[in-house]
Amino acid sequence: MQFFIEVLIAGLLSGVMYSLVALGYVLIYKASGVFNFAQGAMVFFAALTAVGLHDLGLSLWVAVPLTMVAMIVLGLVTEKFVLRPLVAQPEITLFMATIGLTFFVEGLAQAIWGASVRGLELGIADVPLEWLMEVSGMAISQFDLIAAGIAAALVAGLALFFSRTKVGRALRAVADDHQAALSVGIPLQHIWGVVWAVAGFVALVSGLLWGARNGVQFALTFVALKALPVLILGGFTSVPGAIVGGLIIGASEKLAEVFLPPLLQQLFDTQMNLGGIEGWFPYVLALLFLLVRPEGLFGEKIIRRI
Amino acid sequence: MSKKSGEVILSFDNISLSFGGVKALTSIGFDVREHEIRAIIGPNGAGKSSMLNVINGVYHPQQGEIVFRGQKRRGMNTYESAKSGIARTFQNIALFKGMSVLDNIMTGRNLKMRSNFLLDAIYWGPAQREEIAHRKAVEEIIDFLEIQHIRKTPVGRLPYGLQKRVELGRALAAEPSILLLDEPMAGMNVEEKQDMCRFILDVNDQLGTTIVLIEHDMGVVMDISDRVVVLDYGKKIADGTPDEVRSNQNVIDAYLGVAH
Amino acid sequence: MFYRESGQFKSTYAEDSQIFPIRQDRWVVGGIVAFAFLGIPLLAQFGWVSNYAFTAILTPFLIFALAALGLNILTGYAGQLSLGTAAFMAVGAFASYNFMLRIEGMPILVAFVLGGLCAAAVGIVFGLPSLRIRGFYLAAATLATQFFIVWCLTKVGWFTNYSSSGVITAQKIEMFGYAFDSSMSKYLFVLGIVSVMALLAKNMVRTNIGRSWMAIRDMDMAAEVIGFRPMRTKLMAFAVSSFYCGVAGALFAYAYLGTVEPEGFNLDLSFRILFMVIIGGLGSILGSFLGSAFIVLLPIVLNVAMQSLEGAGLPLPSGIGSSIELMAFGALIIFFLIVEPHGLARLWQIGKEKLRLWPFPH
Repeated sequence: MQFFIEVLIAGLLSGVMYSLVALGYVLIYKASGVFNFAQGAMVFFAALTAVGLHDLGLSLWVAVPLTMVAMIVLGLVTEKFVLRPLVAQPEITLFMATIGLTFFVEGLAQAIWGASVRGLELGIADVPLEWLMEVSGMAISQFDLIAAGIAAALVAGLALFFSRTKVGRALRAVADDHQAALSVGIPLQHIWGVVWAVAGFVALVSGLLWGARNGVQFALTFVALKALPVLILGGFTSVPGAIVGGLIIGASEKLAEVFLPPLLQQLFDTQMNLGGIEGWFPYVLALLFLLVRPEGLFGEKIIRRI
Repeated sequence: MSKKSGEVILSFDNISLSFGGVKALTSIGFDVREHEIRAIIGPNGAGKSSMLNVINGVYHPQQGEIVFRGQKRRGMNTYESAKSGIARTFQNIALFKGMSVLDNIMTGRNLKMRSNFLLDAIYWGPAQREEIAHRKAVEEIIDFLEIQHIRKTPVGRLPYGLQKRVELGRALAAEPSILLLDEPMAGMNVEEKQDMCRFILDVNDQLGTTIVLIEHDMGVVMDISDRVVVLDYGKKIADGTPDEVRSNQNVIDAYLGVAH
Repeated sequence: MFYRESGQFKSTYAEDSQIFPIRQDRWVVGGIVAFAFLGIPLLAQFGWVSNYAFTAILTPFLIFALAALGLNILTGYAGQLSLGTAAFMAVGAFASYNFMLRIEGMPILVAFVLGGLCAAAVGIVFGLPSLRIRGFYLAAATLATQFFIVWCLTKVGWFTNYSSSGVITAQKIEMFGYAFDSSMSKYLFVLGIVSVMALLAKNMVRTNIGRSWMAIRDMDMAAEVIGFRPMRTKLMAFAVSSFYCGVAGALFAYAYLGTVEPEGFNLDLSFRILFMVIIGGLGSILGSFLGSAFIVLLPIVLNVAMQSLEGAGLPLPSGIGSSIELMAFGALIIFFLIVEPHGLARLWQIGKEKLRLWPFPH
């Protein structure tokens, strides 16, 4: 039981970090109706740039703001050269364009910084919490806890930003109806710029957290890809959905990774090594979920009119 | 007029339909006789399109009963209704934009095709013969609708009026016994409307197809339809021949407004 | 001047429904096919087509074209976006391998067909969500296929005949006692299969099944109302598409790589094939071939370009080639989606229109 709780908590903590990545997708989708597949590549780009600058001898306090500038530039360039020419195209065309963008950004990051794995040290040790160990005997990573805390704070902050501020209101108006937002005088380009910048910021923070945890490498894009099942569960437009979806995915994949193999081995009576279940479990879970509830946990049921 | 008063083939009783809390139709009941042209009219939002959607099974009413060719049922389903000879056109043209006019109309014949995909893939013998036979039938419709010159044009490139005509063609290709037309003349100029009227009357006259149509142009409706049912706010307010409906006080109130 | 259809009158609908109703088109296409079957082997006899050309360009071009064709059926014709193409290829490859391995005297073509059918069955299962969701929801869900299948093939030893490294070595291609050993014979073997399957695909998309796919793609509600059953139509698209991808996967293993591991069918391959379809042209058989040629040739061209840059004394950091390749792919996809969303196939068509009118502009 204790082991179960330990796994569950570890899963939930990484789930918070999935939520953070997923939030980047939600922001852009809500504001511009674009499902930005390249968000994962942006996470990778941000982490690699920050760590690359750091390795050049800059302190993190300089490297991270510089990276932020790079992310904003990347966002603005994307908005101008990829999305604006494709305005009013079908959603699916935009989606495919962002797949192209994914390749471009991944290639760009590696062309600048090389393809080797880099370590990132944020100054938070990845050791079990001692007091918790003493009290309950459970090993919960200190890093995971702090990272989840940062992610949670960011998610909450963004949620507040969008529900309480003027920019947030404008953004929600834009998400609802571009034309109507324009007609009441909301500067559309400006709002999109803000959104891409915020999405870049989210990518940066997730990139740093995940990068420090797993090393800054190409595999980060696969972590970011896991935001997709999170979104399927939570619905593409819902911030609370992204949070809950992230927690579910994080917890269930860890539980599946630890507890499914023995079960399967028993079931099929083999000694096969069945590790790596967490690589596909979120997707299959999302797929099964879609069969039951296509609109997601928090999405609205759509009545189609003809 | 006498040849038109056939048997009742389709009747509705007490049909109610709502979306969430919004009532689209409330206790609607009327019938359709074979070979007649039956119009459904009413102000915007009266529930006319919803009614058509109930007839061919796109929407399923929460309440009520439909009797189709003597069979009682709670609701229709799209496939069954297509199979039993109900075809329709849509208010906002619902053509297959990426396909040519010819292919669009060919899709209308899909339920008459026997060949399977393996035979199609080989395109030899029976499959080819069948395809050609259906092509012939479709070409007759193309002739009838006078759209020979655009048969290979992708429909997305056609002007609105022609698209409407192609959509009628697709519905006709199924050789329907009941044809549902949702605002077939919306957005047309007078000439196009005249053409469309002629096509509708010809279909009704020569093929004996029963026609249920929604139309806003009162002149057209009163001219071509045999009986008219009037909806307002999802309720039926009148039903009868054009002359009866024209003089009905409820209808006048609904259209012209009423002083309170 | 020479590309005119004037004077070519059709007196039957059969004539008008041909694949290439214009005589000049028939000549050109006939010429290309004849050249592929006879001309290229003949040139090879004279040493003008190298082994490298067969193994690194022509054979992979044909195999990828077949996979792109499969994906195009699903995405271009039926409108269902999939990111799991490589997984279906993997199923085809590994199923064919096991049929060959475990059944004595299994003819290779039958093994390929069975492999394709296995892929089709998997396609139907993973296509089920398409009944309820669309667009990028579906695309995200197809990732499940990609990751789950590759994991299964890696972890379940039976599929790879318990090879310790997970790598399988495809059996020799033999038919009627003839062994397809040389690179040219493999090319011809692939060419034969791909030609037949392309013809079948063309026939499907121009008859009722193809119309049902396009109808569902363009306006699913209307398609349903005129009697196409969405479930059947979509699952059929998944099945046929996966069958094509499965056969392509089998060829990938047998005629191209020879040895292959499940990881070889990764997400990157899926994307690559999607790019072929987008660049070549969604909803075009010809486009699948053009897109495949483009994507196969692009890295080679880039490579040559970079080598010549280095030759000119411009040192490039090692390993940058693959990064530049990624960037080029990405940029091209965006470029095509913006400038010509219908891909090379449409450019080809526009070229033909212009040629038809030449020397007049309109």
